Amino acid sequence: MLLEPRTHTPLWMTIVAPIAAVFIVLILCGGLIVWAGAPLLESYFALFVGAFGSKFAIAETLVRATPLILTGLAAAVAFRAKLWNIGGEGQLYMGALAATYFGTGLISLPAPLMIPFLFVVGAIAGGILLLIPALLKTRLKVDEVVTTLLLNFVILLLTNYLLFGPWKDPMAMGWPQGAPIVDSGILPNLIAKTRLHGGLIFSVLAAICIWIVMSKTKWGLEIRAVGLNQDAASFAGIPINKTIIRTALISGGLAACAGVTEVAGTKEYLTLDISPGFGYTGIAVAMLAGLNPLGVIAAALFIAGIYNGADSMSRAMDVSNYIADVITAASLLMVMLAVMLTRMRVRFG
Amino acid sequence: MTQSEIVLRVDQITKRFGNLTANDAISFSLEKGKVLSLLGENGAGKTTLMNIIFGHYAADEGHIEVFGNRLDSSSPAQAIALGVGMVHQHFTLADNLTVLENIILGTEKLWSLRQEKKSARDKLMSLSEEFGLTVDPDASIKSLTVGEKQRVEILKALYRGAKILILDEPTAVLTPQESDQLFVILRDMLARGLSVIFISHKLGEVMNIADDIAVLRHGKLVANFPVSEASREIIAEKMVGEVIPQPVRETLLAGDPLLKIDGVSFDDEAGQAQLKSVSLHLRRNQIVGIAGVSGNGQKALSDLICGTLQPGKGTVEMSGKTVHNFHPLHMVEQGVGRVPEDRHVEGVVGDFSVEENLILEQYSNKEFSKKGWLQAGAIRAHAERLIKAFDIRGAAPDTIVRGLSGGNMQKVILARILENNPQIILANQPTRGLDVGAATFVHEQLLKARGRGAGVILISEDLEELLAISDQVAVMYHGQLSKQMPVEEVTLQQLGLLMSGEGFMSADGEASHAA
Repeated sequence: MLLEPRTHTPLWMTIVAPIAAVFIVLILCGGLIVWAGAPLLESYFALFVGAFGSKFAIAETLVRATPLILTGLAAAVAFRAKLWNIGGEGQLYMGALAATYFGTGLISLPAPLMIPFLFVVGAIAGGILLLIPALLKTRLKVDEVVTTLLLNFVILLLTNYLLFGPWKDPMAMGWPQGAPIVDSGILPNLIAKTRLHGGLIFSVLAAICIWIVMSKTKWGLEIRAVGLNQDAASFAGIPINKTIIRTALISGGLAACAGVTEVAGTKEYLTLDISPGFGYTGIAVAMLAGLNPLGVIAAALFIAGIYNGADSMSRAMDVSNYIADVITAASLLMVMLAVMLTRMRVRFG
Repeated sequence: MTQSEIVLRVDQITKRFGNLTANDAISFSLEKGKVLSLLGENGAGKTTLMNIIFGHYAADEGHIEVFGNRLDSSSPAQAIALGVGMVHQHFTLADNLTVLENIILGTEKLWSLRQEKKSARDKLMSLSEEFGLTVDPDASIKSLTVGEKQRVEILKALYRGAKILILDEPTAVLTPQESDQLFVILRDMLARGLSVIFISHKLGEVMNIADDIAVLRHGKLVANFPVSEASREIIAEKMVGEVIPQPVRETLLAGDPLLKIDGVSFDDEAGQAQLKSVSLHLRRNQIVGIAGVSGNGQKALSDLICGTLQPGKGTVEMSGKTVHNFHPLHMVEQGVGRVPEDRHVEGVVGDFSVEENLILEQYSNKEFSKKGWLQAGAIRAHAERLIKAFDIRGAAPDTIVRGLSGGNMQKVILARILENNPQIILANQPTRGLDVGAATFVHEQLLKARGRGAGVILISEDLEELLAISDQVAVMYHGQLSKQMPVEEVTLQQLGLLMSGEGFMSADGEASHAA
């Protein structure tokens, strides 16, 4: 059997391939569910119902997708410029810390100003956090994979220190959590009796804005050129370092906004577990979306649905909810394989 | 010896990629001890055919016989076992290993490397003696010259028992003297019963070495005849399908000085001197050709003029003004049009569309972006105009450049720079890897720019090209540049000697000599 490169890929194939890949994953993971002793179809039905089966389920999936869209965008923008930002988690917490610092009484503005203000200070904090590895990369050629990854632990430990120490809310019965965000800073609820908040609108708008920036502006052209062929970009006179720094500020800012939506929307105060790894999952979201900002929305919905669905499947069918991690990881691998295969033709001979 | 033995028979090979028929019922045969030269423009199907012979691709129809054995169509291992060896244009050697290690690599079992080394060395030594391919088995690949590396590649194929050698553009990287040496070795190998398929663009060489010629055009075999029945004109016509008139360099008087490089030296990050007190003067209506084997400082000279390198010593003057700011954008503003050496690396962003590549240097101009917003309409119109003006075939504004042929990719770059009416044009290897038609187009464009008053610096390894369109030539060797000589006063032989270092100051006490 041989693989040969294709001259062009038909459009239907680009659309069908990822969907087919996900179906194959569900079939493969079906083996694990059966192995766990649960009935296959009922389990998948429970997963689907848990993800999209009711108003409540849809709202929860959207709540979970909100930060994933933002961290996914952060990874997508950075990866476009070949800036390997693995520090989305740290930047998310940085945004959460900034929102907590300014949003718990230090500054008081009416809601239409307070909410944008929190996003702005959060984004600045996250941008600055990624600026450090970006400067180290452009000035001293330090590998940003290492620096961004390690900064995650620095910021998580800083958050730990603050929540167990100076920022601990005295009204929280001893729990390590921050003071509540002031009322004017809370993101408005979108559907009554659910947790769905305005962060979703913000993240979808962010995805659209990023799509416009990447495809319609000079900055986007520069970011894509630097990522696709740095030598040619440099030869043409595109400022490489400036572009990398700018990308870092945008990417760090986006990831930090996920921290703001969690603190000011989902939880309404800072805790140590506001993110169950949204920063890292954002990388999977971006890759699944092929780094396309609009694709990030779909990928985030898919992954959020799988996680929420797996939770309720595990409650109903007693299958470990770690199956969600398996499905997500397998989907990522399978979709990437499928996309690669669309560029090839298979021959038997 | 009139009865000849057929060692390789290609029978009705057809290969399709989607709608494209890359090879259309191609048949030919190679006789023992003969050289078959395979000619054709880029995209004619040479590479596809070689990949089929070597087992990388499966043919849709037809079959291949090697020494009477039918070749399974998907097994490089079988092709090697039957005695087919390939020397690629771009060497596939590991730089940090020795000659011997490179030859063992992928041939002998890894876990028995130590035990096999002794017998491998003996086998290598006897091969290198038999065929006159002298190399030191313990030298590291890094320290070898290009010609020596090529010998290692040939030895590697022989070590694996090759009886049929496929050489893909073997002389592209050699000096004329090194090429002659290669031909001596090849003739010796032929006398010992090896057979060779020789792929080349250079007609002169083909006439020199080949016994038979096979010409491919658009996937079809259009000619297959003994070299004795061919002339350069006939072969060129068969390749292109029509007679291409070579551009004529009209006599023009050189005008005002445009560029003065005086005593420029440059050491790279590793402290290696890349330019040693280089001086170069360029005037209006003048093409100055720079000859030399690649890797002798041409890259640094080109980078200097392109604005991607800051000289250590010396001065650069453009139109009478000393240049202080060495930056690509500054050079573009000074009216320098830059054609980089490697199209794929520096010339284009392969995954960008044609229209994006066409504005890569000018996207900041207010024609193409206003307040940071790209002007899609203007960019599209610009691309449409240039695609037409430069006849960039098979391209729409949104075509991804990676899919274009080398010639059309080069047209994209030429269109991008010539659009700005540059005063100084730096063209580094502008026709490398291009077919006759595309190369002629490049030459025409450079001569046209010269005609309207521009000065051109043409860096090339192709001496025929340099002598055809340059007004003056100079030779680079180990970072030094010879004096500029009027093209009428130099011979190919002289240039060849200069290229191998004769007549240059030996700065590191080790001037190499021509054989």
